[in-house]
Amino acid sequence: MTEPALKVSALTKRFGGLTAVSNVSLQIAKGTLHAVIGPNGAGKSTLIHLLSGDLLPSSGSIHLGARDISGLPPDQRSRAGIGRSYQKTNIFPTFSVLENCRLAAQSREPHAFNLFRPASAYRAITETAEQALVAVGLQHRAQFSAGFMSHGEQRQLEIAMSLAGKPQVLLLDEPLAGMGTEEAENMVRLLHELIKDHAVLLVEHDMDAVFALADVLTVMVNGCVLESGTPEQIRNSPAVQRAYLGHEENEHA
Amino acid sequence: MHTPVQTKSGALAVAAAPAKRLLPAGATSIVLAAGAIGLALVPLVGTPFYLQLFGKIMIMAIFAISLDLLVGYTGLVSLGHSAYFGLAGYVVALASPKYEAASLLLTLPLAMLAAGAAALVIGFLVLRTSGVYFIMVTLAFAQMLYYLFHDTSLGGGSDGIYLYVKPVLSVGGTELLNLDKPMQFYYFIFALMLAVYFGLRMILRSPFGHALVGIKANEHRMRSLGFQVFWYKLGAFVLAGMLAGMAGYLAACQFGYVSPEILSWHNSGNVLVMLLLGGMGNLYGAIVGAVSFVLVQELFSSEALFGAIAKHWQLAMGIFIVLIVLCLPNGLSGLLNRPAKQAPNEADDD
Repeated sequence: MTEPALKVSALTKRFGGLTAVSNVSLQIAKGTLHAVIGPNGAGKSTLIHLLSGDLLPSSGSIHLGARDISGLPPDQRSRAGIGRSYQKTNIFPTFSVLENCRLAAQSREPHAFNLFRPASAYRAITETAEQALVAVGLQHRAQFSAGFMSHGEQRQLEIAMSLAGKPQVLLLDEPLAGMGTEEAENMVRLLHELIKDHAVLLVEHDMDAVFALADVLTVMVNGCVLESGTPEQIRNSPAVQRAYLGHEENEHA
Repeated sequence: MHTPVQTKSGALAVAAAPAKRLLPAGATSIVLAAGAIGLALVPLVGTPFYLQLFGKIMIMAIFAISLDLLVGYTGLVSLGHSAYFGLAGYVVALASPKYEAASLLLTLPLAMLAAGAAALVIGFLVLRTSGVYFIMVTLAFAQMLYYLFHDTSLGGGSDGIYLYVKPVLSVGGTELLNLDKPMQFYYFIFALMLAVYFGLRMILRSPFGHALVGIKANEHRMRSLGFQVFWYKLGAFVLAGMLAGMAGYLAACQFGYVSPEILSWHNSGNVLVMLLLGGMGNLYGAIVGAVSFVLVQELFSSEALFGAIAKHWQLAMGIFIVLIVLCLPNGLSGLLNRPAKQAPNEADDD
């Protein structure tokens, strides 16, 4: 087996007396999608925040490849190769769609910019941004104001912005939230494509999508990992059925 | 109104809702160009009084433009911008020999570098805060400088110091520019104001400028996209400090005198009010604000027009500012490009 792109060991986050994430370990390899599911308040979003650097862990470690990134702030993690999307759409609504992605691509340019050269003159950056838009199928919207697009398109833009930063690891926080059936199908198709070149961590409530996409599933309850395994193992796990899917079983019974 | 709004290619849509304008897009440029021609003609038609008045207005315009870079583009509301203005004023007054002219080529860069260095040190500390803390802490540093010059003999204490002979620009013994000559000084200010305006226009079009606008719109997202937000803000803070220093240098030369008053929070407050009056986030609003602020102040304090009430011009000025802010949330320059109607914030095709 290849070395995991992202390796999380015994990650814990405490807010005062509350342990939001407790002793969570998981690994994601390139070319696979690792889904994290669990009821509301299980600590899934906190986990993503810990991985992206929006929150710093109380203990435990996060390795990107061989590099320990546990103490890095969000901007350094982003440049190290972690891209994320937000549960609540987090774009620049008054900027054009292309500019949203162009900014994301610009952040990857290491050299100092010429103050008197327009941003549009940096062709390579614009091309990266355009490729990201093509990848999510938004190229026809490039010149629109981002805030005027539909909810589904704004969710796609979220992902395009992560892609423009050319990440190795993608953290996706409920990309299907609030989407219509057709939009959701498009998004699932897009995620299928993204898995090929990335290590993806997906937090999602849409179970059809999760079981269609995931190579590995981790079930979280009250901040702890209840069970981790292939979709088949999770489906057949008595503990998971009791704690989570169990509600459905009871209804059927 | 269900047609999607398209932004001009490559242009950053800064306005909340890029909707139809009251005036066609070109009209703004025409109004601004007419204003610039008007300013260029002042020395040809006006008395020395007007030369001095409009020179002062353009100096304040440079000051206000420099603050607009912080407030209007980067989202940093500084209430201590007089620190850099005043410091540069003191530098030229202190660096000039008493009875002969200093070199413009030496003192102007020196004053601007001093202001920039102060902004670098202060910015490094204050940019760790945000919101109302940022406002308070920028004010605090400006007050420190104020008392440094007020309570020590460094710059003549509370009496200030005179700049008897104004700087000259001479190359190889030939005098090219003498700030003691009002006409030359006026056009020098005019040229610098245009240079600052168009220079910043270009900088704001660069990747650095785009990043600043992104930081103002959504700092958190910029950080998660990988931007080292702190250094971008510090860059803007130093640049704004240097340009405020340019304005302070010119002000010291024009009045021939510096006192701690140029470092006071009144000065920081006035330039902020100019931005509110003129409108922020478009650079020309800062010029419109400086023009209207100084002219309205002159108007209300004119005894010829208002007699005994003129003494209380600050009251009239206050009412005027409140009315403008209430009626024109985007300032006077908002009249030039006010959206005709708020566009609906909804999807176009579902």
